[in-house]
Amino acid sequence: MMQDHAASATAPDTVHETVAHVSAVDPETTRPASTGNAFAHIVYVLKSNPVTLISFGLFGIMIIAALLGPYIVPYDPLASNSAVRLQPPSTDHWFGTDQLGRDVFSRVVVATRLDLFIAITAVALSFVIGSMLGSLAGYYGGWFDTISGRMIDTIMAFPLFVLAMGIVAALGNTVENIIYATAIINIPFYARVARGEVNIRRHAGFAQAARLSGNNDLRVLAFHIFPNALPPMMVQISLNLGWAILNAAGLSFIGLGVRPPTPEWGIMVAEGAQFIVSGEWWLAVFPGVSLMLAVLTFNLMGDGLRDMVDPAQRT
Amino acid sequence: MLGSRTKTVLQRLWQALPVLFGVIVVTFLLTRALPGDPAVYFAGPAADANSIAEIRKSLGLDLPLPQQFLIYLGDLSRGDLGQSLSTGQPVLTDLTTRLPASLELTFAALFLSTMIAIPMGILAALNPGRLVDHACRLLVTMGVSLPTFFTGLVLVFFFYYLLGWAPSPIGRLDFAYLPPPHVTGFFTIDAMLVGDLETAWAAAAQVFMPAVTLALFTLAPIARMTRAAMIQALSSEYIRTARAAGLSSRKVILTYALGNAMLPVITTLGMVFSFTLGANVLVEKVFAWPGIGSYAVEALVVSDYAAVQGFVLSMAILFVLVNLLVDVIYTLIDPRVGSEA
Repeated sequence: MMQDHAASATAPDTVHETVAHVSAVDPETTRPASTGNAFAHIVYVLKSNPVTLISFGLFGIMIIAALLGPYIVPYDPLASNSAVRLQPPSTDHWFGTDQLGRDVFSRVVVATRLDLFIAITAVALSFVIGSMLGSLAGYYGGWFDTISGRMIDTIMAFPLFVLAMGIVAALGNTVENIIYATAIINIPFYARVARGEVNIRRHAGFAQAARLSGNNDLRVLAFHIFPNALPPMMVQISLNLGWAILNAAGLSFIGLGVRPPTPEWGIMVAEGAQFIVSGEWWLAVFPGVSLMLAVLTFNLMGDGLRDMVDPAQRT
Repeated sequence: MLGSRTKTVLQRLWQALPVLFGVIVVTFLLTRALPGDPAVYFAGPAADANSIAEIRKSLGLDLPLPQQFLIYLGDLSRGDLGQSLSTGQPVLTDLTTRLPASLELTFAALFLSTMIAIPMGILAALNPGRLVDHACRLLVTMGVSLPTFFTGLVLVFFFYYLLGWAPSPIGRLDFAYLPPPHVTGFFTIDAMLVGDLETAWAAAAQVFMPAVTLALFTLAPIARMTRAAMIQALSSEYIRTARAAGLSSRKVILTYALGNAMLPVITTLGMVFSFTLGANVLVEKVFAWPGIGSYAVEALVVSDYAAVQGFVLSMAILFVLVNLLVDVIYTLIDPRVGSEA
């Protein structure tokens, strides 16, 4: 890998091509750079790994449910109807009805948007903050590295779900604060990956070349070094989305953030919990299974992405 | 001169101090980030302007922030985490009376999951690519995707509602039994100490389902790490040498490979403990388990502020201490440390 960069450093016009190559596929591969090849590699990985293909399919369904959910569901997710309370799944109500006669299927589908929104926003926030902190720490080192490292160690010293509870309790019990809390507890993972990836390339040939051709430090960092950190970060994002959904649903399960009657998976499981002991399983099981499938999808996608960008770490 | 082991242990203790300090700073900032005026909040709904001013003074909220922090440190050193509004007790008393319930659950769960995960990881490592390996991988992926509160409910549905095997998922002991006299605070052990096997069995039956729920959640990281560490150990040169020297494969695998593979597994256990402390909150709510997790949830619902922050701080301190302990154990059993001395 180092020789690869050293070779490209002697010819500055190939620098960008090398960076693009590295960001698209695994840096360890020695195959020639081209996007077509990267695409072929992705197709190859997907073909050889049907589980990853299925997870991408599930992800597609989730995105559709999130975008179109409210327009395609058969019933109003908030409309109660006491005539059909606690009915088991039937052809009219695929997932049955809850204690207020609301259609569980409609509620589960509509909830996708809120759950995905919380998770994606939180992960996007921690990605941006974490990668900035980590890149600057990895590039400049020194006191900034020490201080940000200490801050990250402190966050990691808490059991993360407990810290999220404390943050939401302190900032106030709202959906935005669920997002902030989830973002804060995920920052360390991005900061660590970014710091490591930037640090090993700080003095790489292509970075020296970019500096010599007149780019200032921030430009070198942002456009030449940071793109190399993206592949491992993508894996982290996918795995983190799963955790973020679990975390947010867990918080709303204990009564933080989302309030009833808003349809959300965690709160629906919490509301259905009291009916489990009397046998009305469908209230909690369908939102619970959706939650599980969503997390599983992101975890499998993360594993698949890892195989694509870094075959060496395959377990 | 100190031995290199002692030196490493002391170094590790020293490193824990800034982390502990950071944890206290964060918790302090969280208590001061309360929306609105903490004095109004602590004075209660029936307070007038005078009593609010009095509370502000007594809480030291009119002082500059660094000075407030010093007062906070002083309170902590006396074990004063404030008063719980809902129970009227000092938070520390509440937490210590409820801690044994949580620890009993956590230890039962960790015991169960290590008993299953470590043999499974070893078997998967010995048969890579075979059925047991795939089963291990499937379980690991499922395990990290399962929301604990949901697994708990599914278990309740099957084993309590459908099969009737498990006792009703409420609390640590059925109403028919009296709690055993307090010795360790663990009902199962306390009941056995006084020879009351019936109560011990009832308590064990009660802890079983929540423990399985937590164990399913903690299985994944332990099995994954055991498998990876065993594969690495088995491919090393000392194993090849041991095999070439004609040692029995039992001795090679269980003594030499496992002995070395246990080091990363022990580190993972520390991390798993952190997950468990978080997941405890959810599982305790599902099973109405009277531990510190459900205490925190009850406190959150009624905005009992001091109780929640006391819980967060004590969990973080517990976690720092557990990690410290794990690192010290690691140093003590690591054959490489001190070998060159």
